[in-house]
Amino acid sequence: MCVKVRAVPPACKEAAVAAIKRPARWATIARQLAGLLGSLFAASGARAVDLGADKAELLYHRYDGGGVKASGPALLLRKSVMDKVAVTGTVYVDAVSNASIDVVTAASPFTERRTEYGLSADYVYRDSKLTLSTSSSKEPDYTANRVGLDIAQEVFGGMSTVNMGFTHGDDKVGKHAEPGFKATATHWQYRLGSSLILTPRWITSLNLEALADDGFLGSPYRVAYVFGAAVPERVPGTRSSRALKWRVVGDLGSRDAMQVGYRYYWDTWGIKASTLDVTYSRYFGDDWLADLTLRYHSQQHALFYSNNAQAETLYVSRNRQLSTFHDISLGGKVAYTIRKVPGQYDVTLNGALEYVQYKFGEFTDIRTGNLYSYKASVLQLFLSTNF
Amino acid sequence: MSTRMHLLAGACLSATLLGGCAMQPWVKPYERERLADPIMSFERGSLAEKSREHVRDVREGARGATGVQGGGCGCN
Repeated sequence: MCVKVRAVPPACKEAAVAAIKRPARWATIARQLAGLLGSLFAASGARAVDLGADKAELLYHRYDGGGVKASGPALLLRKSVMDKVAVTGTVYVDAVSNASIDVVTAASPFTERRTEYGLSADYVYRDSKLTLSTSSSKEPDYTANRVGLDIAQEVFGGMSTVNMGFTHGDDKVGKHAEPGFKATATHWQYRLGSSLILTPRWITSLNLEALADDGFLGSPYRVAYVFGAAVPERVPGTRSSRALKWRVVGDLGSRDAMQVGYRYYWDTWGIKASTLDVTYSRYFGDDWLADLTLRYHSQQHALFYSNNAQAETLYVSRNRQLSTFHDISLGGKVAYTIRKVPGQYDVTLNGALEYVQYKFGEFTDIRTGNLYSYKASVLQLFLSTNF
Repeated sequence: MSTRMHLLAGACLSATLLGGCAMQPWVKPYERERLADPIMSFERGSLAEKSREHVRDVREGARGATGVQGGGCGCN
């Protein structure tokens, strides 16, 4: 059975050789075990993992909301070598103009630029894909380096893909105009997930991610308020988080599809969050594909979050990202296929626009005393080609 | 039953159960045409997904399990 679909796996060969050298009883048992194990490899080897097409993407992105504008280009290039390895390189630029409520009430507006470089390599062997990735992000007062390893394995004859991986990150934190300020942070992320074909029209997936952070996890600029007085924020030096996301996508039968996702998040800082998103996609003619997405996010505050603390505590923060709030967004995306030559290449022009409304339950604008809320827009224009 | 026989029985049972994993696909390859359409992908356009997740990660307290790897930044 080992050679039915493909060449004999090394494990089968070793088992067979070992069996020849041992007494007959063990040879029989070894042959049976080798056959059973071989059937595993053979059955799951009905189709190979797809390495994916070579591709190039050029993106312009812009975020505008709450006094912050962040925009810039991004580029991705992916090329396969000998149908076994694909190398991907990315560059992502964020040009930030920051006059957020934190900045205008406690500091001065500023501009800065963040550039991130990424490099990854995919290696395919039978039904497995191994991905090694690394990235480096630099901005004037912050450097973040990441290295990751992921493994994806097709099982049940391509009906399901199991994937797992981890990322390790090292950050160096600085502070503008204070060259003596130096801090570090370390991050670990562990991922485990699976996607499964349910029917000829429905696919589902479940992903679990565990994150562990250690080091300087706050902001050297942010202030908290204790009895109305501004003090530097103090946050714990460790944070352990879990996120579980379930998704399902189904073909509705009229060249359209529906996708639903739900994520539950919780961590040792006391934050619990739920995120629900629903996307409807539909083809128009042969060249147009449109998506409409509605997303809702809601979270509870961290244990040490306070808008204006009325007691001295070891930790205190007024980071609105850690407060109780919800946001709702409505986004649309259109993809137009400029040119397509089946089996050779395609070129697609994409545009996406999303409106988001943030409403905070405990964070106030100290200039007015009212609960803070703001609207934002996220624009993406990109050209992609597969070849 | 000797310990050796227990081990052998256990190995055979494990191999049989694992062999059960080699079940026949309940959706045949020729029935997967619709599933291969880009409209059925959880993610389309890796750069765009990454950019969108970055926007959310730096503004929400939750992160992870999205299938998109963040690069890390001091944006918080």
